[in-house]
Amino acid sequence: MLQTYKVTGGDFVNAGKASSSVKGILKQLNVLAGLIKRVVVALYEAEVNVAAHAYSGNILVEIESDQVRIRVTDSGPGIEDIQMAMKEGFSTASKEVREMGFGAGMGLANIKKNSDTFNITSVPGEGTTVEIINKLTD
Amino acid sequence: MKQEEGHTVFHHALKIVPELCIGCTHCMKACPTQAIRVRNGLAEIFEERCVDCGECYKACPVSAIIVEQDDFEDIFKYTTRVALVPSVLIGQFPSQITTEEIFGSLKKLGFTHIFEIDSVVEKVQEGYHRFREAFEGSKPLISTFCPAIVRLIQVRFPSMVENLIRVKPPSDIAALHFKEELVGKGYAEDEIGMFYVTPCAAKIASIKSPVGEDRSVVNGVINMEFLYNKMLHIILNKEVEAQESETVNLTSKGILWSLTRGESRHQLGRCLAVDGISNVTQFLERLEEEEESNIDFLELRACDESCAGGVLISGNRFLTVERLNGRAKKLPAIVSIDNTGTSRGYNHNAYDLQPIAPRSMMVLDRDRSLALEKMKKIDELLKVLPGIDCAACGSPTCRSLAEDIVQDRAALSWCVFLQELYLRKGKITLDEADRINATIWGKDRDYRSQSK
Repeated sequence: MLQTYKVTGGDFVNAGKASSSVKGILKQLNVLAGLIKRVVVALYEAEVNVAAHAYSGNILVEIESDQVRIRVTDSGPGIEDIQMAMKEGFSTASKEVREMGFGAGMGLANIKKNSDTFNITSVPGEGTTVEIINKLTD
Repeated sequence: MKQEEGHTVFHHALKIVPELCIGCTHCMKACPTQAIRVRNGLAEIFEERCVDCGECYKACPVSAIIVEQDDFEDIFKYTTRVALVPSVLIGQFPSQITTEEIFGSLKKLGFTHIFEIDSVVEKVQEGYHRFREAFEGSKPLISTFCPAIVRLIQVRFPSMVENLIRVKPPSDIAALHFKEELVGKGYAEDEIGMFYVTPCAAKIASIKSPVGEDRSVVNGVINMEFLYNKMLHIILNKEVEAQESETVNLTSKGILWSLTRGESRHQLGRCLAVDGISNVTQFLERLEEEEESNIDFLELRACDESCAGGVLISGNRFLTVERLNGRAKKLPAIVSIDNTGTSRGYNHNAYDLQPIAPRSMMVLDRDRSLALEKMKKIDELLKVLPGIDCAACGSPTCRSLAEDIVQDRAALSWCVFLQELYLRKGKITLDEADRINATIWGKDRDYRSQSK
């Protein structure tokens, strides 16, 4: 099953809509609560990343009976040094974003922590793509 | 509804009276768990989904939903007849009526002993404290005070049953404690009848089929609305000889415990109180998505203004809250001398709740791939359905109709908009349409022949 969502840069109010919707679906599919939480947290962080850093983003969620594959593609400034960006506490978030309680530099690390498979590619000046694959069975 | 294997029957206190039900959609739209459908012109409740919150009872315009109760005369099967009274009962009476008159009227009605449930809140508090100390899961702890909330979490938020504090609510602890006390004073155990005066339907259901305990110590439940009428009559006719309550341990903390923030203001750490079942649902949805919560304690109540807004409360909930606040000011904050042991002492074996099992109603199918097929079909159906949630199909929303269709409980032609389209395209005949409508709205509701 394929679900698509959009995230707009700067829109923190609606960041979280996709993870909330995916949560509802996984609940109806009888997925264990702990596994749902991992997906929801990873996706939510990815949504916030788009809202905090990019201009806009598209989310593609592919749900199968044994796994969920998420691809978040944004158009934005991209990431210069991915290795650095992955470090906990490293953040390029603006003052405004930090004042809203986001941008603590845990985002990418947290996505990775909550993913079974995590891939990230980025072209500076164009945008970033994050891929998350999680198993839905223990 | 298809019954699954190993299906358990849940006792519900809310019943629909077919003779009175007009098959409108008010209750169905008010239900927070989408547990109601209209079939054959009558509201029907899905037993598995109902949490006994009473929203349907409040919404029904013709009083066709009733709360099941025990026969009042049942109290006379016992020689020792105990009324377990929550503070909100007192809060319903105008402030010029004294507590003595209120309890006097209960004695006049036949009770031999009256105990105030909220005098045992220190025991509950001690239980909370012990549970918190031993708790190893992730925060927050959620109060089990409100039985509708416990059921809501079981069916809609199964991942959070772990967070429920496994301490019995004051009504149960009071029943256990006072019964023990009476037995200690020499009353014959099998001649003691414990009757709980309830402001809510969920409490009746939880006593008839308890969650987290084998059997309730309460022998019967009395509908507060019914009792209030009788009591007021006696008081207004001046038939009362003033009576002292049996309990002397009611504190300001106790009398306000069942109101919003009654528990949360006394707990440690970051505590939050949410009342109203839709507010609670919204809050839990949010909480479920948080990775880690920094809330320590959650007081969740199904009714707006908590028990003061209970479905069986006859008075206005805001006035009830005001009166209880007024009465609380006259009570001590803590009990200085406690001769009876009512205010302290937590009995683990008797007062602990057993682990509470989740019973999710969200799952489309136990088989994941079948569930996924159904999910896809729901998505397709939602593209066709009008999305205005008119409920004329007998399901509360377009989404719930789509779910009903994939679960073989309804058909797409039940949607009035699609049916119209099918008629115009000649896909179904007028007779067929009439038959469909009779399935939903009953054969007696012949709206096509109605003329004004």
